[in-house]
Amino acid sequence: MNELTHRRRRWGEWLAERGIFAVSLSSILMVFLIFAFVGREALPVILGQVNTARARPTGNLAAFLGVTEAELKTYDAETVKTLVELKKEELAQTTNPDARVNTTSWHMMFQPYRWFGYDKPEFIWQPVGEVPKYNFVPLFIGSLKATLVALLFAVPLGVASAIYVSQLAPPRLREIIKPAIEMLSGIPSVVLGFFGLIVLATILQNVFHYSSRLNALVGGVTLGLAVIPVIFTIAEDALTSVPKSYSHAALALGAAPWQVAWQVVLPAALPGVFAACVLGFGRAIGETMIVLMASGNASIVSGSIFDSCRTITATIAAELAEVVFGGPHYRILFLLGTLLFAVTFLTNLAGEMIVHRLKARLEGA
Amino acid sequence: MKIRDWRSVAFTGATGLATLCIVAMVAVILGNIIWNGAAQMSLRFIFGGTSEGMFDAQKAGVFPMIFGTVALVFLMTIGVVPVGVITAVYLTEYARRESLITRIICGAINNLAGVPSIVFGLFGLGFFVQFVGGGLDKLFYGGELHYAKPALVWAATTMAVLTLPVVIVATEEALRAVPNGFREGSLALGATKLETIWKVVLPQALPGILTGAILAVGRGAGEVAPIMFTGAAYYLAHLPKGPTDQFMHLGYHVFVLSTQSPDIERTKPILYGTVLVLLALTFLLNLTAVLVRAGIRAKLRAAHG
Repeated sequence: MNELTHRRRRWGEWLAERGIFAVSLSSILMVFLIFAFVGREALPVILGQVNTARARPTGNLAAFLGVTEAELKTYDAETVKTLVELKKEELAQTTNPDARVNTTSWHMMFQPYRWFGYDKPEFIWQPVGEVPKYNFVPLFIGSLKATLVALLFAVPLGVASAIYVSQLAPPRLREIIKPAIEMLSGIPSVVLGFFGLIVLATILQNVFHYSSRLNALVGGVTLGLAVIPVIFTIAEDALTSVPKSYSHAALALGAAPWQVAWQVVLPAALPGVFAACVLGFGRAIGETMIVLMASGNASIVSGSIFDSCRTITATIAAELAEVVFGGPHYRILFLLGTLLFAVTFLTNLAGEMIVHRLKARLEGA
Repeated sequence: MKIRDWRSVAFTGATGLATLCIVAMVAVILGNIIWNGAAQMSLRFIFGGTSEGMFDAQKAGVFPMIFGTVALVFLMTIGVVPVGVITAVYLTEYARRESLITRIICGAINNLAGVPSIVFGLFGLGFFVQFVGGGLDKLFYGGELHYAKPALVWAATTMAVLTLPVVIVATEEALRAVPNGFREGSLALGATKLETIWKVVLPQALPGILTGAILAVGRGAGEVAPIMFTGAAYYLAHLPKGPTDQFMHLGYHVFVLSTQSPDIERTKPILYGTVLVLLALTFLLNLTAVLVRAGIRAKLRAAHG
């Protein structure tokens, strides 16, 4: 081989290596872009630049008229004048004092407020109407309720079956059960949502005899079906990664297989099981289609699981299609998305760190 | 043989029962859908459109949704497979395992896998539709609306970002299953590292890479939340003509039928039929992937003792 092709090849090699490295950074770029672009749309709300109060000072003509800057530019002076007159008339006729309140401020989003016509302060999510009400509390309660039901249903089943499959099942049975449970994660969430809506809702209503057909229980149990494979897979992985020497030692000392599983392997893998629950929580709180279809979507503040509930994800999915681009409602929905992203980011990070440490410890042992 | 302790029986029984419960639920879900959906299956249903009545079980068909779903995953695969495979190559063949940058990349991949699908929808709308689409319009059409609207291409790119971790993880697994002897042999014969990867490692790992692509397609065909605002349409009279058109989607159609139908009892047969088609599509893909993967894992165990 002559010197020239040799050198060219080395250059090609170097370039390709750089290229491969650059492409592999795309995951980092994507996570950054997701945060940046979802957050960007929410930024005006976070900075307090959005104001829904209708009788505000006329600093910005476009905002005063409730049109976009681009639209405003297309109007001639005469139209603008008429619009301003109409707006003034409308404001004079407004009898609702809440129309003067900026409903996108932080305390309106998180604290109860005594709305016009109500006798006590309340948390209300009602983004469409004369006065848009953007209180997040009903949505947080909805998300937590559905997630809690899902975890109460999925954690015992998922962890118990992980113990059975990894420790007690005969190897041949294991080879059949594991793919069967993993199949559950292959069912699209819209199909699970459909199943909850059509089949589970009827069954559960016949058992518990509640009045609202779709509620937090139906949504939560259906959500549990989506969470089970997550918990099972991670818990099973953690239990399997406990070194065989642990259980061999216990068996040699005369322990029964169930004692080995319960008193030796499970305690050793406990952080992993905990991580499975954390990641299951992240999956449940971020799931959209299931809760959108099976939980009833009424944004009421209630502790009962037999009441309908509206989650953060379902709210975004149901309302984003109908909002004015760039309007307060649009930005509020992106703010909810940003919060959701932050929550799942933290739960994922926590879950991964726990698993990472556990594995390092078990491999070191 | 000694008599078994009752606690042993109770413990094994309880955990076994939990396992049985899950498997039974999977069986009930699949059984219910297959049983009810099979009644609706016919050539007319699969190849028919929705123009003669979307909610009428005798007339409605799902061809536009099948077409839209397939077009979506096809475009998505073109985007996600090269990026995913190259990232996996870097992580297995070049990166030092404990270096900071490797850990950040792995962390980002894990994180990406955990981002809620609805957030991908918001991202697709904010980034692809408005920022990229709006930018293209400004650049080439002077602000005239061509790209800055929900479209097949934006739904596909959003879905490509969503499925990126699936492809990376599966490909990584496949690359690690290639015994080091192959690499050493190739390098010893004078091949460069790149040649080794291209001509020895990647061909060996091909089934695993295909698994990753199949899993991504299965995932992409089933997700609905990311495409709701980036391209899926409630109803369209025509099939999409190009990547900038909107499209109908099997999963989105299931959602539309089950929540917007004027008479749910009458729509039920179509609904079950559509669900069965969607499930058959995603499930066959997943099943193939699971089987190929089981084979790879067995090979991995054999290769590394």
